[in-house]
Amino acid sequence: MNLKPETLARIDEVIPHYPSKRSATLPLLHLIQEDVGYIPQEAIEWVAARLELQPINVYEVVTFYPMFRQKPIGRRHVKVCRTLSCALLGAYRTCETFEREFGVRRGEVSADGEVTVDFVECLASCGTAPVVMIDDALHEKVDVARTQELSAQIRREAAARS
Amino acid sequence: MPAPAQRRIIFQHIDEPGYTNDLACYLRHGGYANLRQAVTRKPEELIDEVKKSGLRGRGGAGFPCGVKWDLVDRKSGKPIYLVVNADESEPGTFKDRYIIHQDPHQLIEGIMITCFANNVKQAYIYIRGEFPEGARILEKAIAEARAGGFVGPNILGTGYGCEIYVHRGAGAYICGEETGLIESLEGKRPYPRIKPPYFPAVLGLYQCPTIVNNVETLCHVKKIVEIGGEAYAKIGTPNNTGTRILCVSGHVQRPGYYEFEVGKVTLGELLNEVCGGPLPGRRFKAVIPGGSSAKVLRFGERFKGKRKIGNDLVDYDWGVEDVPMDFDCLAMIGSMGGSGGVIVMDDSVDIVAALANINEFYAHESCGQCTPCREGSLWMKKISARMVHGEARTEDGALLKSVADQIAGRTICAFGEACSWPTQSFLAKFGDEFKAYPESRKAAAAPAVPLA
Repeated sequence: MNLKPETLARIDEVIPHYPSKRSATLPLLHLIQEDVGYIPQEAIEWVAARLELQPINVYEVVTFYPMFRQKPIGRRHVKVCRTLSCALLGAYRTCETFEREFGVRRGEVSADGEVTVDFVECLASCGTAPVVMIDDALHEKVDVARTQELSAQIRREAAARS
Repeated sequence: MPAPAQRRIIFQHIDEPGYTNDLACYLRHGGYANLRQAVTRKPEELIDEVKKSGLRGRGGAGFPCGVKWDLVDRKSGKPIYLVVNADESEPGTFKDRYIIHQDPHQLIEGIMITCFANNVKQAYIYIRGEFPEGARILEKAIAEARAGGFVGPNILGTGYGCEIYVHRGAGAYICGEETGLIESLEGKRPYPRIKPPYFPAVLGLYQCPTIVNNVETLCHVKKIVEIGGEAYAKIGTPNNTGTRILCVSGHVQRPGYYEFEVGKVTLGELLNEVCGGPLPGRRFKAVIPGGSSAKVLRFGERFKGKRKIGNDLVDYDWGVEDVPMDFDCLAMIGSMGGSGGVIVMDDSVDIVAALANINEFYAHESCGQCTPCREGSLWMKKISARMVHGEARTEDGALLKSVADQIAGRTICAFGEACSWPTQSFLAKFGDEFKAYPESRKAAAAPAVPLA
């Protein structure tokens, strides 16, 4: 496992938060996913060894929780809330617009590797529906016009990086 | 009669210009004075104040907080844990988000008072994975509180020590169920535990006595210690004390969060006056009053019966608009106050599609441990999705109901009820629309706002 020194430092820091090492499974997986971008197979074995568990104990966690992924995604992750309050105010249109903007279908990575669009369940901001998370940032009242603005912003930021 | 004014206790500083989420700002506003006062008192006295307050849990079940604390096994010799349920994930609920982001020290003070009262040395805040910013804010606030002597080994020089750590979830709704949450905190799949024997108060985290309280509930504890249990019990209505944050979403002019004394505002006042009524040219059709698993109410239906006011039995005859927003009244009319999430649907809504949306949520979130729930939630999703996108049949409503009727009461946790109540109540209230759906769907244009 090739993890950044700061990831390793945070792993060392978090394990003693719990009287049982196994409790650190979710925190370690979060830290690794933030570092690597996803949970590779070797990470499952690495976490198991680090926490003195069997790999199956970690694997069953990775496969249960929706936020853990076993494959890389786009550099930017667009998560559109699908649940009722957002849907009532147009979340399906919002998601379709993102899909059109980046030429992907939900769950897919755009051809340039830049963007993954996903439909997710309730993000707990129902009063400002429809809501979208782009990476860690919440965006509120994302109607079709706002979707287009956010898409343009993602493209600008990608262009600035290259 | 105009709607009563809001009474902001917990949301006092939410959205206040100039109010920031750092310790200095909190201290300027009198922060941690209640903790200072609490640590000079006997823990039993604090528990007594909470019992006298009549506080009921704000996470969904409305269980009396003092009773929950009373049930904790204090003789086992094992450590007692506090787990803060910040997994806010019942669709329609968005109150804890604002406490965590804008006023985290209020929560931390409530946690520390609760820990001191219950001799807890270690607390965990289980925060949903979708709040990464909230987790960072809490961690920063805890570090500040630690530096200030409010959290850590020697709190305010008393010799009493208690630590708080933040633990992030990873996108699973079932982690809001308290025993599922405990399993998740132990690093496992969040399969809820069977009760008995696994009541958290006796066999919780690491098989130790554990208190699991919602974020908003713990903020109320802080207020109770500030003003005293008896004074707190005078806020709200009997058996429904204090204030409650109502989160309104969907088809109203002004969705958002509103804090009222419990039971002092009716559903009609909330939606028509506080939230500005329906969108232009629309009428209200349905409302889910306590998070998406609460049973739906249909505008136009009436509720009749007798209820207890003081020592008298009094007749009531209410329309949806007349129902006071408290735990007991919403339970009386067959729904629930739940988590305080009010989802409003107007006459533009295809009610079958709305149920299909809800069913997709529950099928996605069933943990899969119990067969009736795992299979039933999936079939309810498939049937309602087929009605919306494919062939709808007149008998589909009855089929949906028969699936739902075979889940509730046959599962380890309350998710079985949570996933079947929407289907049961949509069918009970809007059975006519399900029956007519094969014809009405053919006649209808493609929906402007698809729901499923």
